[in-house]
Amino acid sequence: MKILIVEDDADAASFLVKALGESGHTSDHAADGETGYHLAESGSYDVMIVDRMLPELDGLSMLKKIRANDDQTPALILSALGQVDDRVEGLRSGGDDYLTKPYAFSELLARVEILSRRKVSDDASTSLKVADLELDRLSHKVTRAQTAILLQPREYRLLEYLMQNAEKVVTRTMLLEKVWDYHFDPQTNVIDVHISRLRAKIDKDFDVQLLHTIRGSGYMLRAENG
Amino acid sequence: MKGVRSLLKTTAIRLSLIYASIFGLLAVAIIFYMTGSTIKIFEAQIETSINAEVLELEQVFIAGGVNRLVVEMERRSRGPGANLYIVTNPAGVIIAGNVANIQSGVLDQVGWTGKPFQYSKFNNTQSNKYLAIARVVEISNGMHFLIGRDISQSETFGKVVKRALIFSLVAMVVLGLATWFFVGRRALKRIDMVSKSTNRILAGDRSERLPLSGGGDEFDRLSSGMNDMLDQINHLDKGLKQVSDNIAHDLKTPITRLRNKAETALTGKMTAANGRKALASVVEECDILIKTFDALLMIARVESGSTTAKFTRLNLSKILVDIVELYEPLAEESVLDFKTDIAVDIMVSGNRELLSQAMANLIDNAMKYSTKKKGEQTSIQISLQRNSKGALISVSDNGPGIPEDKRDHVMKRFTRLEKSRTRPGNGLGLSLVKAVVQLHKGTIVLGDNQPGLVVTMSFPTI
Repeated sequence: MKILIVEDDADAASFLVKALGESGHTSDHAADGETGYHLAESGSYDVMIVDRMLPELDGLSMLKKIRANDDQTPALILSALGQVDDRVEGLRSGGDDYLTKPYAFSELLARVEILSRRKVSDDASTSLKVADLELDRLSHKVTRAQTAILLQPREYRLLEYLMQNAEKVVTRTMLLEKVWDYHFDPQTNVIDVHISRLRAKIDKDFDVQLLHTIRGSGYMLRAENG
Repeated sequence: MKGVRSLLKTTAIRLSLIYASIFGLLAVAIIFYMTGSTIKIFEAQIETSINAEVLELEQVFIAGGVNRLVVEMERRSRGPGANLYIVTNPAGVIIAGNVANIQSGVLDQVGWTGKPFQYSKFNNTQSNKYLAIARVVEISNGMHFLIGRDISQSETFGKVVKRALIFSLVAMVVLGLATWFFVGRRALKRIDMVSKSTNRILAGDRSERLPLSGGGDEFDRLSSGMNDMLDQINHLDKGLKQVSDNIAHDLKTPITRLRNKAETALTGKMTAANGRKALASVVEECDILIKTFDALLMIARVESGSTTAKFTRLNLSKILVDIVELYEPLAEESVLDFKTDIAVDIMVSGNRELLSQAMANLIDNAMKYSTKKKGEQTSIQISLQRNSKGALISVSDNGPGIPEDKRDHVMKRFTRLEKSRTRPGNGLGLSLVKAVVQLHKGTIVLGDNQPGLVVTMSFPTI
């Protein structure tokens, strides 16, 4: 994956370039908004990681400028400002996701990988399928190997999100944001219990496990073991 | 002299001087106008009476010639307060009348004398000059006669009026200046006292307050308002100091722990596995610190009210139901039972994220401190009801509760009643709840659930 990093802090930027490189992604780095804008114009990137506070042209203005050129490259905004209002402002300016500093790299990586997928398919399909697990978004019916599975509304939305992002790591924070629409950290790991309930419903009676826990990161729904 | 100079600098005195000068100019103008118009009125009266007399005397002349005219004039000039009468021959020599001497040239021009002229009387010494105005009339045979009137009387009257006005003006200015001086000096003294006090406060004496005279005048009102402000500043300042002391103390503990972990790893045997383990626990400690900072920042932002603008109309019932739904599986896992009694569609004005987090903190606390007994179902009660004051939320558990004298204390930052601090937490949960409740103009009360804690909050509904 080709990633554009727009970040004025040299240490933070070189950490990102290195860590993303270790995860198999190549990245370009711009230290200010103007350079970032020109790089975004000339190169074709899969994802942009944009710091909010930048010299020359701040991150949000840069994104607006890029979006004005009809460039829809997914963007993750990084910011020390983490209030809900700040997020809303960031997402309105053309950001696709918002991550507050300081962040865990695993969280950033998971979000970047999910953003890159979003560019290809736009979640519009009416049915989702992972191995023999199927979810019909019109009738809200879930089946595994033709056996109907009854889910609570929240469990349905949790599964839907996991299936939309199958084969990708999904973090607890992401689930809390996208499924529950909360942006705070509920201290105790409430999400784990919801996941284990869901797992009991979709995996318990089957030989092949689909919902995996990724240590130190989150969860992943995928067809194959390993 | 210095006192006078500083007195001159005061706004009161400066304004007074400006007003005084404007007033003085007006008064002088009025004096001139009044004396001028008084004289004009006199002159107009004189003209009217002289014109009438000229008509009469012309009739006399037509009827009886110069002789009758002279006789009539002699008769009239003997009356009390008589006018001036002169008859001249064609050569301009006075042949009859009651005037001894007259300013030269007056008799040469027929009609009204433009300006008052001087003349002298017979019965006085000739040097005594009087002022008069007159009309000169030519009769057919080249002779002139003059009828005039002394105006010294009206001049005198004008002078009296002028003098009275000037006197009262001077008296007014003197009295005014004296009053201004007195009032200004008093005001200056009060202000000097206030500025002395503020200087002491600035120098660091926080207990100093502005002096009050006790009279309840505007200076007192201003001073007591400023004193109240100083009290409030002192109060906030103390609070701030306490908070920063707490923060310093409570952040030092995890940072020390962090340092110890890193140091132990450095001094111990360094293997890849050991190093990895030590780094992982260092990262973990850092995450805890970051969370604590986030919580502190959040509380500060909520307390400062900077999120107020983003209030929307919210369904409080739904917020509570959603949070209960989030925690219910976890509660069941730890053999806890939620007993909920949530009235539907109670609407409030607020911020969903903050209210959700406050509820989450309370439920989290209740779960953390619930006492589980074997073979017995432990439950946490969560209710939302509408009452006369608005929406009433209560969350109660059966845990150890909080002693009555500690209930205010636990809502302060970093307060944790457990001495051992074995349960996870940073002592900021209730502080945030309190800040959120206050931001939403609600109230929060901690009570006794016998046993356990019951937290009751009320919010205004819309």
